[in-house]
Amino acid sequence: MVSSAAPPTERASERARARSRMSRQQQQQQRTPLKVTDAVVEIKSKFEAEYRRFALKRNGPGGFQEFYRLIQTVHCIPGIDVILGYADVHGDLLPINNDDNFHKAISSANPLLRIIITKKEGEPLVFGTNSLQRRKKGLGLTGLRPPGSGATHSKNKQSLMIGLPQDFRQISSIIDVDILPETHRRVRLHKHGIHKPLGFYIRDGVSMRVMPQGVEKVPGVFISRLVRGGLAECTGLLGVNDEILEVNGIDVAGKSLDQVTDMMVANSHNLIVTVKPANQRNNVMPRGGKATIGNSGSVGSAGSTSSAVSHDSPSPASQSNPITASNSIAEGDSDDEDDDDVDLILENDCLAPYDSHPVTNSNNANLNRDSPGSMVARPLPQSISLPNSIGASVMMLNHNGNPTHAASSSQESMREDGNIITL
Amino acid sequence: MKRLRRHGQESQRERIKQELFQFNKAMEHGFPHQPSALGYSASLQLLAIGTRSGAIKLYGAPGVEFMGLHEENAAVTQVHFLPHQAGLVTLLDDNSLHMWTLRAHKGQSELLEIGRFTLTGPPGASPSVTSVTAVLPHSSGELLLLGTEGGHVFIVEVPGFRELEERNISLDQVANSVPEDYIGRRNLEHVEALQENPVNPDQIVIGYGRGLMVIWDLEKLCATQHIPATQQLESVWWTDDGKYILSSHSDGSYCRWMVGGEDGNEEEEEEEKSDIPYGHFPCKAISKIVQLPTKEGPPFLLFSGGMPRASYGDRHCITVIHSKTHVALDFTSRIIDFFVIKDGPRSAGEPSALVVLVEEELVIIDLQTEGWPVIQTPYLVPLHSSAITCSHHVSAIPLKLWERVIAAGDLQNTHYSKKPWPITGGQNLASDPPQRDLLLTGHEDGTVRFWDASGVCLYPMYKLSTSAVFHTDTDPNDNMNQSTEGEWPPFRKVGCFDPYSDDPRLGIQKIHLCKYSGYLTVAGTAGQILVLELNDEAAEHTIEAKVVDLLQGQEGFRWKGHTRLDVREDPVLFPPGFQPLALVQCQPPAVVTALTLHSEWKLVAFGTSHGFAVYDYQQKNNILIKCTLNPSDQLAMEGPLSRVKSIKKSLRQSFRRIRRSRVSLRKHHVNNAAKLQDANARLEAELAEMELAPVQRKIEARSSDDSFTGLVRTLYFADTFLSDSSHNTPSLWAGTNGGCVFAYMLRLPSVEHRADEPITAQPAKEIQLMHRAPIVGIVVLDGHGAPLPEPLEVAHDLARSPDMHGSHHLLVISEEQFKVFTLPKVSAKMKLKLTAVDGSRVRRAGVAWFGSNRTEDYGESGLMVLTNQGDVHVVSLPGVKLQVHYNCIRREDVSGIASCVFTKHGQGFYLISPSEFERFSLSTRNLVEPHCLVEAPQYSAPSTQHRPHANKASSAQRNARHESEDAESAARRVMEHALLNDEKVLQEIQKSLEADQMLFSENNVKSALA
Repeated sequence: MVSSAAPPTERASERARARSRMSRQQQQQQRTPLKVTDAVVEIKSKFEAEYRRFALKRNGPGGFQEFYRLIQTVHCIPGIDVILGYADVHGDLLPINNDDNFHKAISSANPLLRIIITKKEGEPLVFGTNSLQRRKKGLGLTGLRPPGSGATHSKNKQSLMIGLPQDFRQISSIIDVDILPETHRRVRLHKHGIHKPLGFYIRDGVSMRVMPQGVEKVPGVFISRLVRGGLAECTGLLGVNDEILEVNGIDVAGKSLDQVTDMMVANSHNLIVTVKPANQRNNVMPRGGKATIGNSGSVGSAGSTSSAVSHDSPSPASQSNPITASNSIAEGDSDDEDDDDVDLILENDCLAPYDSHPVTNSNNANLNRDSPGSMVARPLPQSISLPNSIGASVMMLNHNGNPTHAASSSQESMREDGNIITL
Repeated sequence: MKRLRRHGQESQRERIKQELFQFNKAMEHGFPHQPSALGYSASLQLLAIGTRSGAIKLYGAPGVEFMGLHEENAAVTQVHFLPHQAGLVTLLDDNSLHMWTLRAHKGQSELLEIGRFTLTGPPGASPSVTSVTAVLPHSSGELLLLGTEGGHVFIVEVPGFRELEERNISLDQVANSVPEDYIGRRNLEHVEALQENPVNPDQIVIGYGRGLMVIWDLEKLCATQHIPATQQLESVWWTDDGKYILSSHSDGSYCRWMVGGEDGNEEEEEEEKSDIPYGHFPCKAISKIVQLPTKEGPPFLLFSGGMPRASYGDRHCITVIHSKTHVALDFTSRIIDFFVIKDGPRSAGEPSALVVLVEEELVIIDLQTEGWPVIQTPYLVPLHSSAITCSHHVSAIPLKLWERVIAAGDLQNTHYSKKPWPITGGQNLASDPPQRDLLLTGHEDGTVRFWDASGVCLYPMYKLSTSAVFHTDTDPNDNMNQSTEGEWPPFRKVGCFDPYSDDPRLGIQKIHLCKYSGYLTVAGTAGQILVLELNDEAAEHTIEAKVVDLLQGQEGFRWKGHTRLDVREDPVLFPPGFQPLALVQCQPPAVVTALTLHSEWKLVAFGTSHGFAVYDYQQKNNILIKCTLNPSDQLAMEGPLSRVKSIKKSLRQSFRRIRRSRVSLRKHHVNNAAKLQDANARLEAELAEMELAPVQRKIEARSSDDSFTGLVRTLYFADTFLSDSSHNTPSLWAGTNGGCVFAYMLRLPSVEHRADEPITAQPAKEIQLMHRAPIVGIVVLDGHGAPLPEPLEVAHDLARSPDMHGSHHLLVISEEQFKVFTLPKVSAKMKLKLTAVDGSRVRRAGVAWFGSNRTEDYGESGLMVLTNQGDVHVVSLPGVKLQVHYNCIRREDVSGIASCVFTKHGQGFYLISPSEFERFSLSTRNLVEPHCLVEAPQYSAPSTQHRPHANKASSAQRNARHESEDAESAARRVMEHALLNDEKVLQEIQKSLEADQMLFSENNVKSALA
């Protein structure tokens, strides 16, 4: 699971301190321009076509934020949002955006630390791990290409792209491992805020169930196809021919394909499917056996053991049902299901009255485009970064309506945004 | 402690629920789908209709109805009432016989099946020996004579179905006595007809397929006379005086034969006669012939078929000849059977009415009034005379409006006979309906029919035609003045079934009637919206159309669908009734998908897949136009053309498939049973394959880019709190397919300035549901949690005025969940998820009032909901909690689910076939079902005048004549199955076309599959 929280923003009070330290460092740098010791890290930073060289104390106390300010000052680009990256020992371009990876970068300097600075609005900085390839091609350490250039893209096609950490969010998880039979897997797909489609298809099929009187064929619902690049495929947790046993804690036995489809679509913003994977080799084993069961939402270990034992019972899904329900909620909808789909509500009490005579008012035709109260509503950042809140609570109340602010250009961006619709 | 109290509350709630809700499928209205047999009992005055699906329905006086269903899913081929008893026998096409009886129970009669019987022949005999082709209930009421394919006549005792082997009339016995000169003696073929001598119950005539008729004496067990007809026999009729036998034949001829009587006189008598009524050129068979005497003057001669094969072979005719009058009644569909009702006690009098069952309707012709007019049927009315495209129910109609509608309807029915309905069996015990209910059906040909839906009989009241407003392609004198002088045969069109629409754009899609003001608005397929007003006088109007551009400057679209209807510019004379007041045409002319009328504000709101608008029909101008179209939604823009094509395509394909199968059947010669079976097996395998084709469904969250998100699904006028909680204002609410709700505040001038001051609308709120499911309903609940009353309801003192002090709530019903928001500040308060929990989606929702059956004064408002799984739920208001649910419609019955309409008092209607409404009720207090009693007639000594009306001409029985045909019919069944499936698909497509918009999303899913 790739998961990382965005760094907490530093408080303004710290900035003063940072600035003072920065000036001190600059002084140091000027004093010892060429003297390379173990205690100092040589830094070569590049912003667009400009290079700066300076040194930094290796073990000097300092965080990312200070370093960021320092870079801005060094390059004389205050007020421009930039992204920092560095070249590690393998020649990989890795990001610096929190204290941890800043320290990592400092410690990996050998002795030179190359810093690449890019504007945030520009093309996205591509971090990658294709060092070996580059080495072979003789690019070496200096082969760090300007990120985002076409050539890099084509060359890097094979490489694994690593997104910006602040964009990281949970997209899926395996849950309730301790209470499900080990042949089953409960997967949660976090659709919200991701523009990737869920990307899978289901079909009818025949499932074999072990009954007291022997093996019996019962109708079941199976994953029939995964869309390339879709969420389901990306997680790797769902596969073709996996049998679907439950949708958000509800047993699908006896339901038609269309019903299961509708249930999944209705739950698509926070879809939890329990599957019996067709490939049983990669199953997650319950940690430490039955004795150690009881993590976050252990409602009843008795129930979970029984479900683990009776993994061949006719409907394991239904057996673990009561646990499922409570546990999923405990893990997921922290605030109960009430905020899982908060609707977008616009109250335009101060909108100009609609003119019913098309002849008299040319504004009429453009009503759609620039009705004064229309406003931009983006998913609020905090709602995305909370991995467990399903669905951003986007509620816009515009009681005092500031008509001048809403630009028609924002309208376009709104339309692109799949989650919000304006007037 | 708390739990205990809650438990007590729960059990009390359970008790209240039982007092409020109860599910009943009360009855069916309309004309049975695919009737296959007709029976009549003169003594009971009851009519029986059997259908291809194995249902048997009995009808007597209006309100007297019974229904039974055979367990076997086989067609009813013959229905015969037993003389002197309240019982009947049915023959199914699986060769089983069933005995039904009307038994009184708690003062009401019930139709019960009391026995079944399948004829067993001698061991080792081929099945054809016992395959029943003719049934004769003997007038003694104790015997049943069964003629079979093998030519034998078996005699069975009823009601016990005991075979009387010693009395059977075997083919050998008959064949031995056939005169030497009869050509066909070696093979007499099957028994085609059995008739009893009306004056001598011991004598019966057995008609064999080859033409030979034998008069057999049941006492002496021997043949008394042979009638050597040489043409293939179709039917036999023994005249009432017992002197003659009429036979009709496959070459279009009929013959009259003298019955020799006891002395065994042979046939050569002067009175015998043979005639081909429409002769010279080859004619089709006369399938049934009847001759009835009149007291003075010549008899009535009636026969079906016999038309010249080449020129009129496709007509469905019954010829009636009486004295100099000769009319060929030309029916709208295939004739199943007919009989004649006679006047007087014991039905011994003059022939009074001809009752004809054709495939799509029941027609009764008054034979005693000059010109033989049609008697209007009080039941069995073909709802589908033009296909039903939508329905609308209005409860509790004020008497004034009711009378005016009836008066307008009466003026339309002047061509009907004034005679009362001649079928009068049974007593209707149902109490008078508590209120007057109207069911309005919109039809494909642009008509709106008004039905009295208060009671058991769905009675036609009035028919409104909107096509007069438009220029259509058809010539008005097209079908009318057909009977030109001197035409032969003298045709006369009868019946009202007319499925061919002049112009599909005329089709009615939405109806809204205000019962207090008599304003009606209807909207159609080509984006036309008519506002009509009830006028008791005929009047001439020039209709001006107002075009509303719903696109509002959205560019980059090209409408590929149909064009607008052309409006007549010259004044048109409208008959008394609903007359148009205003006409609005949407641009682009897409199907109108939502419509509502507020008669107090004199506003009509309508929506299509492109947007919605409000029109002021007093000032005749637009108040508001809003485009809801997503700019990237090309599909919505293109219109229905591609879908129309697909219907045509699938039609063509299915026809081709039939033809191909027929050809292939013919190719493999009929005798070659093995090859045939082979072909059938292949066909079936193909079908199975078609059904087993892998189906997959895409799992994807709805997005704003989905198609038809802008389609307006629901519109609602409400007087509520939109801006602040102290001032209520008129408002319009609109819900789209993409889960978006728009609210507009309306500013209406004071009443005295209503005519000249403009009305304004201003956007007030917008809600985008996160789950984006289509919105199917919007309701505003008042401070007590009760739905707001209808416009003018309070003004007429018919409803408690809504609570305007407490805070109002907004209930938004989407396909997936019910959600309650506060007003005026919109914030979610409660919700109930449906789809996420059980995978069913809301198809229809309606507010209804449920009264308790225990106390008169207790009742609750509730929301009736129909899901795509065919379940009906009641959801409480304002708490949105599921109360009860029942399975109502099969989930595969897409057209049934799409056609469902709820009443305001907890009942509902849905189409179980194109021609039948099922009526159901969720309320304990409001239930309409037949309560009737039929008493068995007093049995007196067998009257010589009495004739059991056994109907022999059921053409269905002929299917099983030859073995080869047997196989063919089996193949046909398979094909019918295929067609049926196809039809379902077609209906589904059609429904979606007809803006039963709920299917759009489904189609989207499907189209996304490929």
